[in-house]
Amino acid sequence: MLTIDAKGLYYRNLNSKVREAVSKGEKEIILKNINGQYYIGDGLRGEVAITIEGVPGNDLAAFMDGPTLIVKDNAQDNIGNTMNSGKVIIHGNAGDVLGYGMRGGKLHIRGNVGYRVGIHMKGYKKQNPVIIAGGKAGDFFGEYMAGGVLILLNLDSKNDSRPMVGDYVGTGMHGGTIFIRGDVDKKLCGAEVGIADLNEEDTKFLKEHLEDYCKDFGLDLNEIMKGSFKKLIPASLRPYGNLYAY
Amino acid sequence: MFKSLAVPEFLANIDQVKCIRCKRCIQNCGWDVYSWGGDKVLIDTFKCVKCLRCYHYCPTEAITIEDNLVRYRNNANWGFFQIRNIKKQAETGGIPLTGMGSDMPYPVLFDNLLIDACQVTNPSIDPLREPMELRTYLGKKPAKLEFEKTTDGKSKLKTKMPPQIKLEVPFIFAPMSYGSISLNAQKTLAIAAKELGIVMNTGEGGLHEDIYPYRSNVIVQVASGRFGVNPDYLNAGVAVEIKIGQGAKPGIGGHLPGEKIPLDIAKTRMIPVGTDALSPAPQHDIYSIEDLRQLIYAIKEATNYTKPVSVKIAAVHNVAAIASGIVRAGADIVYIDGFRGGTGAAPVIIRDHLGIPIEYALAAVDERLRQEGIRNEASIIAAGGIRSSADAAKAIALGADAVAIGTAALITMGCTVCGKCYTGNCSWGITTQRPELTVRLDPEVYAERLINLIHAWSHELREILGALGVNAIESLRGSRERLRGVGLDSQTLDILGVKPAGR
Repeated sequence: MLTIDAKGLYYRNLNSKVREAVSKGEKEIILKNINGQYYIGDGLRGEVAITIEGVPGNDLAAFMDGPTLIVKDNAQDNIGNTMNSGKVIIHGNAGDVLGYGMRGGKLHIRGNVGYRVGIHMKGYKKQNPVIIAGGKAGDFFGEYMAGGVLILLNLDSKNDSRPMVGDYVGTGMHGGTIFIRGDVDKKLCGAEVGIADLNEEDTKFLKEHLEDYCKDFGLDLNEIMKGSFKKLIPASLRPYGNLYAY
Repeated sequence: MFKSLAVPEFLANIDQVKCIRCKRCIQNCGWDVYSWGGDKVLIDTFKCVKCLRCYHYCPTEAITIEDNLVRYRNNANWGFFQIRNIKKQAETGGIPLTGMGSDMPYPVLFDNLLIDACQVTNPSIDPLREPMELRTYLGKKPAKLEFEKTTDGKSKLKTKMPPQIKLEVPFIFAPMSYGSISLNAQKTLAIAAKELGIVMNTGEGGLHEDIYPYRSNVIVQVASGRFGVNPDYLNAGVAVEIKIGQGAKPGIGGHLPGEKIPLDIAKTRMIPVGTDALSPAPQHDIYSIEDLRQLIYAIKEATNYTKPVSVKIAAVHNVAAIASGIVRAGADIVYIDGFRGGTGAAPVIIRDHLGIPIEYALAAVDERLRQEGIRNEASIIAAGGIRSSADAAKAIALGADAVAIGTAALITMGCTVCGKCYTGNCSWGITTQRPELTVRLDPEVYAERLINLIHAWSHELREILGALGVNAIESLRGSRERLRGVGLDSQTLDILGVKPAGR
């Protein structure tokens, strides 16, 4: 196990230290005193677990391929940008544009997420990226979604009366699935979205992924599954098929 | 059935005396213009796009394709396409699409610029017998070089050079994605790039495994759809390009139609088969120069600072300030795609009415970067309507480090610039994914033609340099003194930084 004190350390030097350690076969790294450093885990490969103490900066886990990142605090924007595989666990809230173009792996966020989460996520056969957020989400949730799964749980609504998800949910969606725990107003959804009830397979899928999520944060799976879920799917694989004159 | 009131553009005709009923036209036409009527070939001329595939493959030259003379009444204001597009839109309610660069008669400033030559007072150089350097390096150049003495008294470069792309000649192939063009067309570009010591660009459709062997001659692109982008991909080529915009469709995204998404494209792009591949208009992680910097450095981190990062933008009104921001954001290369640049699919209305031509944009960007003292920080690639080595020489004199060619490269593969790339029916096997059509494009055979073209253009460039009395492309780069304008007003000359002929 390697501990790096990141206090006052420029992101480039920090990430270079991390890359060097991983290339030498380090399996467990703790980053202490993180304070907004960009690009932690960017393009990183291999089976390493990195625990981050403090708030990491933007583009956490961008292009990442394999590692597990555990953030004990909040995190900022662009997490999991075009991420290929691996896992990011965030114990607090996270910012905007999470999982843009994400291709695989998991993004587990305990709290709320910002705008444009899961834009243009993709999926192909075994590559099936999953983002689970425990709180609420902002506008354009799952915009242009082409694959993968977004799950929004709205667990902490007792003290927060805002709507669980913003406007334009799944606008431009042409693949993938969004699960929302609670009722979603059709008016909030893009024209390209269809709302459906869960079938048996969906419930099985949800349970499987939420079990892992609950383990990460010490939550009760049965309690979460008591909520009623809706499934949002693309109404058409070619939402703009009739837009053009040939 | 209601017959379309949009008049056909072309009349396909078969001379029944010359026709030997071999049916090659039926096999060759990707648009189903021809069908077998039992005793003769039938023609549906509404479908004809004048790509001339049938004409070239007719063994008896029985086929003629003529412009349809039964056009609307002559009118200097209401042209054929204005009327025809209204009729099409009235029938479909859709946005008319098109392919290739704009065919509108906007002025082409390259045709108003002439290159200098030596006479009497300074000698010209014969490039056939004297060395002539076309080699070009793309990437950030240090503001100054520092040297140190080694123990044996020799000088050694102390300055650490940023990563560069080495080009044997100042031409590169413009980004054209697997999806918009066929894999065979990409292979043709890759084979030629390797042989020529230059680079091709994947476009935004990811990198097919068949192109990996050519990786040292490939620039990989990251665009808003993020298709095929993973750490392997980012590290596969010699550079990474962030695509912000395209000259033919500045400010809008891309919709690769479902017809062009068979299994293999779906796999490379990681989207469902038959769906439209949608590239959002903006990259949603880039809303500012600061955000662009963030992505540039995310890529530099992911590639451990070993690859130059290029940023491709469309030439728009404020291009000089934008390019300055891009350079300050850390880009090593700025790729400017002019108004006349090509496309696999764009709305006609966008292609023909948005953006500015490359000549203005290039001159403005080069001038601005020089004024700000940051021209060395990034190389400039000019694209969008380079039709000949003369256009290339003029672009280089206006400030480009290299030029990118797309359409010209496709023309070597059989393209006739019919502009129907978006249909996925290209009879030459270039802009289609239909296997029976793509098989027509043999990469080995057509790469040779493409290599011939670049060799010929390189010879011509050497001749131009020889006539100018210089022996390296470096001496022409940004040397606007060697250009003169003909028939240009003083403001245009001022923007171009060029004197009028006679001065």
